[in-house]
Amino acid sequence: MANAECPICSAEVAFEADTEVGEIVECEECGAELEVKSLEPPTLGEAPDEEEDWGE
Amino acid sequence: MSDLRLGVLCSLIRKDEKLLFEALRARELAFDRIDDRELVLWLGADDAMPRYDAILERCINHSRALHTLDILNRHGIATVNNAEVGRICGDKLITTDCLVTAGVPTPRVAVAYTPESALQAIESMGYPVVMKPAVGSWGRLIARVNDRAAAEALLEHKQVLGSYHHSTYYIQEFIEKPGRDIRTFVVGDEVIAGIYRTSEHWITNTARGATTSNCPVTDAMRDISVRAAKAVGGGIVAIDLLEGPDGLLVNEVNYTMEFKNSVAVTGVAIHEKVVDHFVRVARGEVAWRAEVTS
Repeated sequence: MANAECPICSAEVAFEADTEVGEIVECEECGAELEVKSLEPPTLGEAPDEEEDWGE
Repeated sequence: MSDLRLGVLCSLIRKDEKLLFEALRARELAFDRIDDRELVLWLGADDAMPRYDAILERCINHSRALHTLDILNRHGIATVNNAEVGRICGDKLITTDCLVTAGVPTPRVAVAYTPESALQAIESMGYPVVMKPAVGSWGRLIARVNDRAAAEALLEHKQVLGSYHHSTYYIQEFIEKPGRDIRTFVVGDEVIAGIYRTSEHWITNTARGATTSNCPVTDAMRDISVRAAKAVGGGIVAIDLLEGPDGLLVNEVNYTMEFKNSVAVTGVAIHEKVVDHFVRVARGEVAWRAEVTS
């Protein structure tokens, strides 16, 4: 299990064994929604804002 | 390892997509993730199209899903669901029209294009009514209109603040429901599971905080769900049902269904059923261009 740095508050966010690129995770420290940008190296970016045509 | 060429069209990965990936990998089915944010489709260039036996659509953006499915289907690439199902289900106005044409019970709906004609329709329907954007999901921007003052205010706000498609007024009869609605999951001709979505709020989307519990699927639920699925072109869809005073009504049909909150409560591995169907389509065992029934 690897850790990535939260781009908002710099806290460490743990990646689970089944973490996927593109997955949305939450920083437990600041509560920000983040997108997994890369597994190697473990990298997070800010999750995109919800758009009008998002849904199911 | 299978020789099937499979793709999953997606962008952000929700728990739903993770479950689908897990199901594909458990069967040792190789697949490509096609991120719609990186996708470039050269129109008119057949040899530039991605070559797959089937692509499973799991976009979070309706517009990207719709356009990509349309282009892929025109080039003969099988998709689950197909573009026609996406076109119908992605627009509540068209969904309702297909349901009504097929004789599937649904709340009464009127469509109008100006605040004046919309107000006239609302007054004719009688309060309360529900107004929804034709395109949208997760219970966003849905309004219960209880009286004329609220109707006038909402219509003015939509006209002034909304983008152009908020000026297509979708006006739906309000159905008094018992603090819950029902969602059934249809894969092909089979209703594989059902859940209750319960909330103290009149909006019972799980995205808006409703809780889920298992709903044993009755014959009536099965019948109306399969009819609704056929009315929109079949495939893999989630049907939202309302328990009205005169029986079940189809409220909406979802074509990129979310199911992560429903696997544990129903005990049904919905992701496995989706992958079963997807693989059957890829193998040519199930038609992917179903005819819309009417």
